[in-house]
Amino acid sequence: MKARHKRLALVIAGLIILGVATALVLNALQGNLNYFFSPTEVAEHKAPEDHVFRLGGMVEKGSVQRKEGELAVRFVVTDYHKQVPVVYEGILPDLFAEGQGVIAQGKLAPDGTFVADEVLAKHDENYMPPEVAEAMSAGEKARLQATTVGN
Amino acid sequence: MQNRLINWFKFSSPATFYPLARRLAPIFWAIAIVLVAIGLYMSFFVAPVDYKQGDGYRIIFIHVPASWMSMFIYLVMAGWSAIGLIFNTRLSFMMSQALAPTGALFAFISLWTGSFWGKPMWGTWWVWDARITSELILLFLYLGYMALVAAIDDRRRADRAGAILLLVGVVNIPIIYFSVKWWNTLHQGATIKMNGQTSMDETMLLTMLIMALGFWAYSIAAAMVRVQSIILEREAGSTWAQELIGERA
Repeated sequence: MKARHKRLALVIAGLIILGVATALVLNALQGNLNYFFSPTEVAEHKAPEDHVFRLGGMVEKGSVQRKEGELAVRFVVTDYHKQVPVVYEGILPDLFAEGQGVIAQGKLAPDGTFVADEVLAKHDENYMPPEVAEAMSAGEKARLQATTVGN
Repeated sequence: MQNRLINWFKFSSPATFYPLARRLAPIFWAIAIVLVAIGLYMSFFVAPVDYKQGDGYRIIFIHVPASWMSMFIYLVMAGWSAIGLIFNTRLSFMMSQALAPTGALFAFISLWTGSFWGKPMWGTWWVWDARITSELILLFLYLGYMALVAAIDDRRRADRAGAILLLVGVVNIPIIYFSVKWWNTLHQGATIKMNGQTSMDETMLLTMLIMALGFWAYSIAAAMVRVQSIILEREAGSTWAQELIGERA
């Protein structure tokens, strides 16, 4: 074995050990690296019930309620499986809308409502011109109609 | 086969690589300027507005290519370091050092533009989610590498210490890349996916790729300029460098 083969083996072995160690650490940290909990995890009592955490999901369509002359806004965060009602008082980001991703930071009230003190918008990885978005949602509607007619 | 190997190894000597770097640098400067000019024009005037984010999304044309480069340059530096450690080639370490400031610059641009994008869209300048935190660690790795190499006077020791730091830090790259997949993050998933599917308009994608190629050319040009100074500084005692300096003076 030449000296340079030895060094090559050493570098490769080092990287493999390091990779395995990192994989084990990340695996052990698993849940702690998540930035937010989903409504399903809240329903399964995986989220901390007595202190602040973040809740992430979609704003359910038709769930946003505002009262006249008040800043407080109520909406429901869903992961299309479970729902969590949220109440928030403050300024919402521009991208906040029904059917949009959202991450709220706050605490669960005893009645199961999530009292948020910060709401961030989470957008998806799709970028397209408005015409294409319209055409796509029209196509989606047509497809849905076709399937309901088929049934 | 034997011939090709010899030809490649010829350029691993600083004395033969120096003139090559000097010839390559202006070529890549020219490519970079042309591509970035076209890319910026397309970013502002040709690419369509986004259906959700309007004009605000245009920062993506700097943000994403800069993030790619910050990760890619780190991989290249780690690769050079591995070659340097295994084959004991001095030039490999010089290449790592020549690339480091450019990598750090791109990591910084990535975080900075991300912050400017995050405020209007997400509603915050900064969050400690997995993607953003691991990119910040990448910036610290670059800065740490440069500080470490500069702090050790013995060049050979500095090279080796820096190389080991780079190789250890390489685990961070897959973490950055897959962070949006492995964990829940505020940062959205990858637009350009490994399996070739892209959730982006074609003109937007083309613009982003032109910018990315422009950043590539810039990185090569900057590294070629920097490596010339590093070679001259380190080889100042050698006959060829003395002759070269004599010729110029």
